[in-house]
Amino acid sequence: MRYKIVDKKDLCPGNYLIEIEAPNIAQRFEPGQFVIVRINEKGERIPLTVADFDTQKGTITLIFQVVGKSTMQLGTLNVGDAVLDCVGPLGKPSEIKKFGRVICIGGGTGIACIYPLIRALADAGNEVISIIGARTASLLILEDEITVLISRTSVATDDGSKGHHGFVTDVLTNLLDEYRNSGGIDRVIAIGPPVMMKAVADITRSLHIKTIVSLNSVMLDGTGMCGSCRVFIDGEMKLACIDGPEFDAHKVNFEDLVSRLEMFKEKESEAMNHYSSNAGVRK
Amino acid sequence: MIQIGGTRIAMEEQPVQQRIKNFCSVPLGYTEEEVIAEAQRCIQCIHGPCEKMCPVHMDIKAMIREIVARNFKEAFLIAKKDNAIPAIAGRVCPQEEQCEGVCPFFNTDNGINIGKLEAFIADWAMENGVKEEFHIEERPEQVAIIGSGPAGISCAVDLRKYGYKVTMFEALHKAGGVLQYGIPAFRLPKDIVDYEVSYLTEIGVEVKLNHIVGQNIMFNELRKKFDAIFVGTGAGAPQFLGIEGERLKGLYSANEFLFRTNLMKAYEFPEYDTPIVCGAAIGVIGAGNVAMDVARCALRLGAKNVYMLYRRTKKESPARIEELQHALEEGLRFMELVNPSRVLGNEDGWVTGIELLRMKLGEPDKSGRPRPIKIEGSEFTMKLDTVVEALGNKPNRLFLDQTPELETTRWGTLEVDKNLMTNVEGVAAGGDAIRGNATVILALGDGRKAAQSIHNYILRRRK
Ligand SMILES: Cc1cc2nc3c(=O)[nH]c(=O)nc-3n(C[C@H](O)[C@H](O)[C@H](O)COP(=O)(O)OP(=O)(O)OC[C@H]3O[C@@H](n4cnc5c(N)ncnc54)[C@H](O)[C@@H]3O)c2cc1C
Ligand SMILES: Cc1cc2nc3c(=O)[nH]c(=O)nc-3n(C[C@H](O)[C@H](O)[C@H](O)COP(=O)(O)OP(=O)(O)OC[C@H]3O[C@@H](n4cnc5c(N)ncnc54)[C@H](O)[C@@H]3O)c2cc1C
Ligand code: SF4
Ligand code: SF4
Ligand code: FES
Repeated sequence: MRYKIVDKKDLCPGNYLIEIEAPNIAQRFEPGQFVIVRINEKGERIPLTVADFDTQKGTITLIFQVVGKSTMQLGTLNVGDAVLDCVGPLGKPSEIKKFGRVICIGGGTGIACIYPLIRALADAGNEVISIIGARTASLLILEDEITVLISRTSVATDDGSKGHHGFVTDVLTNLLDEYRNSGGIDRVIAIGPPVMMKAVADITRSLHIKTIVSLNSVMLDGTGMCGSCRVFIDGEMKLACIDGPEFDAHKVNFEDLVSRLEMFKEKESEAMNHYSSNAGVRK
Repeated sequence: MIQIGGTRIAMEEQPVQQRIKNFCSVPLGYTEEEVIAEAQRCIQCIHGPCEKMCPVHMDIKAMIREIVARNFKEAFLIAKKDNAIPAIAGRVCPQEEQCEGVCPFFNTDNGINIGKLEAFIADWAMENGVKEEFHIEERPEQVAIIGSGPAGISCAVDLRKYGYKVTMFEALHKAGGVLQYGIPAFRLPKDIVDYEVSYLTEIGVEVKLNHIVGQNIMFNELRKKFDAIFVGTGAGAPQFLGIEGERLKGLYSANEFLFRTNLMKAYEFPEYDTPIVCGAAIGVIGAGNVAMDVARCALRLGAKNVYMLYRRTKKESPARIEELQHALEEGLRFMELVNPSRVLGNEDGWVTGIELLRMKLGEPDKSGRPRPIKIEGSEFTMKLDTVVEALGNKPNRLFLDQTPELETTRWGTLEVDKNLMTNVEGVAAGGDAIRGNATVILALGDGRKAAQSIHNYILRRRK
């Protein structure tokens, strides 16, 4: 079976949105879940979060950042093209209920992953406050879509080109202060680069605010068969694909996560070089 | 001239120096003359001990007689009658413990090479387009098969023959189970597995890939839609020792190592996208078929020193003899009586070595093998770049977690009665899902028996 691309957008430099025909996945998807995509027979299986879905059209939306060979190749596909496999929804759904006041933090492409959670949490009657951040203004995705959903959205950019000049964690600290005497914050959810998630966890830990992060460890099958995605939660080995991808941020060993993400780095650049040089020849 | 007994006709193999550079089949197969000569050695023992020891009771003697008479088609049909996948069983069965182990010539290492005879005729049939012919009388009932390993395949084939509509659900993007993702191509060429899988579609089994029961399609949905279900989900979840250092880069479960190498074809990286990192010195923990496969893959991926780290001795290794022999020829270094206590790493989080404890053998344990006992204070370390844990697998909990109604044993395998029916009405199970880590041929036999039970169940219910 092939999964057809019915829409594609260039969101910002190096970030694409594709909408794929996958009626079964659209029907079953719950926020927090992901899919595994394999472009063609020679392709690897890459996990991508479902950023949006449309049960009427039977489609799901994926937003991805080009970081290596597979995402670069995925970015070259156009409307009418298809990917060979798209399996999901995978992983445990997010816990969605009325918590009260929730801060949702998205960093970089993580904004795409937090987007369905913002919507679901708002629908569940929470007061959702979001903080989204990127290196620079042009890399900030989904700002308008998020702003219309909820009453308060803050922006941070590393270079100050938009919103707060600095990190999302600076904004978080300010918000936590601001709400301290007016009921506080009931939950924080953060999705983005591991360093960002770790920094968030470090801030909320001492304040005892329940904090959830979504871990992007290296995955292969996504069904609990290989152990490649193993992460360490409170010292215990868990599989991000079936036990997660969301975990209690205060229990996650981020050093191991970051370290393990580097396992195939050299090979990945080799794949990239191989692909770029061949793509050049084909032209 | 009929040559009874005598020495086994040796099978030509790829020379070691050549084969450790590729993933092509190591045995090159018999020629027609050789296969006939090998078959002629059989003395057709009156009680057919080989047939009794074959878990699916193939008519080995009849098959051999047809081979001797050069009736390869007949021979193939005889094998196929009891064994849906002779090309595969012939290659991977632990023959020394089954059919060949009781052959009167076995003691002199000259047992009739039943497995290779079987593989020959199945390959011959594949090359010549010879297939079993049968007429399917359609029945209205529908049966779901969960998992496309040997258990699922044989169950699906039989249920189709009974006339049921059969739909197979497979979690991965390719059907075949361990045959596809675990056993390497140099032992079991993948065109053979693909052929058996395409045969399923040919006889009308609907194969649904990327369907994970318990995750993106629920067991309850299947129960509503289908009249009966066969669970052949295998035992695919890796086990880790739980020792220090398992978070390090460079440490894999055997499943991950084999999945990358075989299913994703990491040996053709970067032509294929999935990478594998295999250092110059690799330690494989365990000594079963899985560990052998990892070791032999590692040799082909370019590892210089491949060590097998085993708590007992070579003699107790549960691997097939052929595998162990091939691995040793290819340069495997077998370290006996050692048990890992800790995996060592550097500041960057990479594996740098392993700490081992020396063992000695004690009294036999429940498995009948001598129990390994730790020798206190005997720790020593060795340098390694890669460590693979090949400890055996457990049933996959993704499925089990979603099916609390199914009774399980304390090992996490499914509980079944003597007809392989579970406690849930109309649901049968077989293969590694009920046995833990067993064999291809036992899984195949289960699939077949379960098909029979499902057939009986449906007939009974119809009345
Ligand atoms: C559950 C889950 C959900 C994800 N959702 C999204 C998403 O919605 N959008 C998106 O853009 N990305 C997402 N990712 C990350 C995405 O899977 C990787 O970026 C992708 O696999 C990289 O493939 P590649 O071949 O292009 O790059 P590679 O060549 O494989 O890697 C290039 C670089 O990316 C890093 N990398 C490799 N694998 C991952 C990974 N799993 N996570 C983060 N970095 C990685 C490597 O360290 C390397 O530096 C998700 C990951 C997981 C586990
Ligand atoms: C590396 C290795 C080497 C081996 N070598 C030999 C050998 O030489 N000789 C021998 O006889 N035996 C060998 N074995 C053992 C043998 O392969 C197994 O006993 C046999 O494959 C079991 O068959 P099965 O059909 O029960 O399960 P499997 O072959 O494990 O197939 C189960 C299938 O079910 C799928 N599945 C699991 N959960 C779900 C779900 N929830 N929904 C949908 N699908 C699901 C899996 O993806 C898999 O494809 C080896 C095993 C391994 C791992
Ligand atoms: S199926 Fe296995 S045990 Fe039976 S005859 Fe063939 S090789 Fe021997
Ligand atoms: S046991 Fe050996 S010699 Fe006897 S019938 Fe079987 S294959 Fe032939
Ligand atoms: S990706 Fe293989 S176990 Fe999680």
